[in-house]
Amino acid sequence: MSVSKYWREMPQRYRLEAGKCKSCGKIYFPVRLVCKECGSRKFEKISLSREGVLVSHTVIHIAPAQFTDQVPYVVGVVELKEGVRLLAQIADCDEKQLKKGMPIRIEFRKISEEGNAGIINYGYKGVPA
Amino acid sequence: MARDVAIIGIGMSSWGELWELSLRDVFVKAALAAIEDAGVDRIDAMYIGNMSAGLFNGQEHLAALMADYLGTDAIPATRVESACASGGLAVKLGFMEVALGMSDIVLVGGVEKMTDVGTNDATYALSTAADQEYEVYQGITFPGLYAIMARAHMDTYGTTREQLAQVAVKNHDHGSLNPIGQYPFKITLESVLNSVMVADPLRILDCSPITDGAAALVLCPLELAKKISKKPAVKIIGVGHATDSIALHSRNDITSLPATAKAADMAFKMADVNIKKIDLVELHDCFTIAEICVIEELGIVEKGKGGTAATSGLTRLGGKIPVNTSGGLKSKGHPVGATGVAQVVEIVTQLRGDAGPRQVEKARIGLTQNMGGSGGSTLVHIMEVI
Amino acid sequence: MVGIVGYGSYIPRNRIKVEAIAKQWGTDAESYRKGLFVEEKSVPGPDQDTITMSVEASLRALQRAEIDPINIGAVYVGSESHPYAVKPSGTTVAEAIGATPDVHCADFEFACKAGSEAMFVALQLVKSNSMDYALGIGADTSQGAPGDALEYTASAGAAAFIMGRENLLASCEYTHSFMTDTPDFWRREHQFYPQHGGRFTGEPAYFKHITNCANIVMEKAALKPGDFDFAVFHQPNGKFPQKVGKMLGFRQEQISQGLLCPRIGNTYSGSSPLGLTAILDVAKPGNLILMVSYGSGAGSDGFIWKVTDRIDTVRDRAPKTWDIINGEKVYLDYGLYSKYRRKIIMNE
Repeated sequence: MSVSKYWREMPQRYRLEAGKCKSCGKIYFPVRLVCKECGSRKFEKISLSREGVLVSHTVIHIAPAQFTDQVPYVVGVVELKEGVRLLAQIADCDEKQLKKGMPIRIEFRKISEEGNAGIINYGYKGVPA
Repeated sequence: MARDVAIIGIGMSSWGELWELSLRDVFVKAALAAIEDAGVDRIDAMYIGNMSAGLFNGQEHLAALMADYLGTDAIPATRVESACASGGLAVKLGFMEVALGMSDIVLVGGVEKMTDVGTNDATYALSTAADQEYEVYQGITFPGLYAIMARAHMDTYGTTREQLAQVAVKNHDHGSLNPIGQYPFKITLESVLNSVMVADPLRILDCSPITDGAAALVLCPLELAKKISKKPAVKIIGVGHATDSIALHSRNDITSLPATAKAADMAFKMADVNIKKIDLVELHDCFTIAEICVIEELGIVEKGKGGTAATSGLTRLGGKIPVNTSGGLKSKGHPVGATGVAQVVEIVTQLRGDAGPRQVEKARIGLTQNMGGSGGSTLVHIMEVI
Repeated sequence: MVGIVGYGSYIPRNRIKVEAIAKQWGTDAESYRKGLFVEEKSVPGPDQDTITMSVEASLRALQRAEIDPINIGAVYVGSESHPYAVKPSGTTVAEAIGATPDVHCADFEFACKAGSEAMFVALQLVKSNSMDYALGIGADTSQGAPGDALEYTASAGAAAFIMGRENLLASCEYTHSFMTDTPDFWRREHQFYPQHGGRFTGEPAYFKHITNCANIVMEKAALKPGDFDFAVFHQPNGKFPQKVGKMLGFRQEQISQGLLCPRIGNTYSGSSPLGLTAILDVAKPGNLILMVSYGSGAGSDGFIWKVTDRIDTVRDRAPKTWDIINGEKVYLDYGLYSKYRRKIIMNE
């Protein structure tokens, strides 16, 4: 991954920055340039809450090259309090206890590394609350 | 003003792990078969569906390369990409080229040569069809995304693990009658349920394989087809194409594939038919759960009832609406860019009455559904034998 | 007056017991448990490092401080396990908590003293009116060489303190620092594991620096051990802090609340700062706390804290340290521990 590509997404990955449409109130994560609901192009910057619930999940056993040393790991869809959904790994969990609707909080974690010499990719993960 | 379009040639080489063949050879073999089948002596234009020769083979600029190796004479050639729906998109563009009168004899091909990289790299290449920054970054894979859909479908509608497996069993039953496929043999329910876990709850036998393969069609105006083709002319009567957010989590309902419903609706309207008129369907069973969701979106069953279709026999050969008589992506293989074209090859074979032991009786109208990513792109085509 | 306006702690949920390590090397677990006075240690998951733990501890400190992170003028991360050899941990932490861009960041390294160092500098900048708030963090995911005595204790954790001048939950009454060049423990550039001087790490190193630093800061304040409600010293093992406390004249009751090492191991730069968080979790307004860190190489920072009324209103706003320690734990065997700690050679 190029560093600029990583750096550009930091506000979203580090602080869950999202955009709230100033016209219809729809929240986008990440922020967009145009609202899909009403066509407005004006957004207010907000930070999403770090609490939500699990919608669905999987346990990855066969992973892309950058994640092979992490298997098995859980990835799930999490719906945050604002109703916004995101996809995130669910860390620190016993996969047998994962259930639709269970409370999840977001933590700042290491997501992957660019080998031993490249940058470290940080971001959000879910943790059972 | 638009011209009616017919398919007069189909071609497919054997699919599988084709260690001896290069990307260009795989394509040219299928293309030559289609040209031979059509009995034409020239190609005016060409569209090639290919998802990621760049990542699989380090090769871009595919259209010119393939036109050259096919021995054509400086024809306009276009490579199109829409993830695993690249092949379906090539069919649509070939249709438009002929319908609009831009060209008369158009070759539509699809190709993917996936075994030039290892499994990890192939997994990565496929994952580029998902949202790089908000899905792939987190370590998700395509089996993983469909597994999330599967779990949600099971949670919401009570679909069972066995019902998922029955889709694979059915498609392998069909595929055992199609020797050109990658895995043309039957599998048992137990073998699916005990196969290696890929992304819980999906196991390796819920997943379509990594395949080298190509497929090709020759299209021309229907009027011309009647003059030059000795075979039953198959007319493209409906074309539908729709998109959706490529990030699964951005969809309101992760058990739904709205782009499929929308594309099907467009194609039905254009063809002036409904699902009851369709004799057989080739659809995008990249994972067993995908077939369950797609038959719901196409209206073959009610929403949430897809799980029982394979077991009840509804979608089996001999059933009311056979689905994936070719063996589907599951048994026949899934060279991603070729799949959408190969689906049309199967429908044409059936509509011509050339499907041998897997022939659907009195098949007159067939439908293909080809999907990219976790449902972000869908192409639907409806064909009728004239 | 300057002091702490918010504090937070973070400890990974993974643990490994002394027995699991001893079994691997065929040593007698009981002698390590007794000799080091340690039962088990925390282990970072593969996705936790000094930066991630610092961010979480800082977010908890912010919950207690109730300030806008944009008003934080400095972010200092003290650690001997910064994820990058070159590239600051501080900027990532500052970015993640929303303190950028008008902020001063620096990474500190001083063996196990880097955390108190970050706290000390943060305090002084606030004291000098250079800024309204400064964040000092001690965090580590340290590694002892496999089979070395350090492997039984080197663990992971983070503590974060937001220093300010108003709305203090504890004021800093006095500080003193005591340093000499004492080569008791070190890690050269490009080396994965540290080396140490064995028993030399005791009397001329740990005990000399902590006792001198503690005595001088108490002398400055004209206070005696009996005047304090709590004392916390650096905890390379469970035994040293108790012994140094006794040497200085402290009673066990003053020490036990902040003595975390027997349950989580040596969190290095997080060690005495995490002990302080555990004390603040229970301290009453008016309580006096002595904190003395120790870092090899060598030196101690001593602080005398006085708890204010505000402690009662803020302590429940974030998880308490002993609750985290006693919360859900996952015990690793040596195999999983080796995987998580990158002791298994993988393909690039």
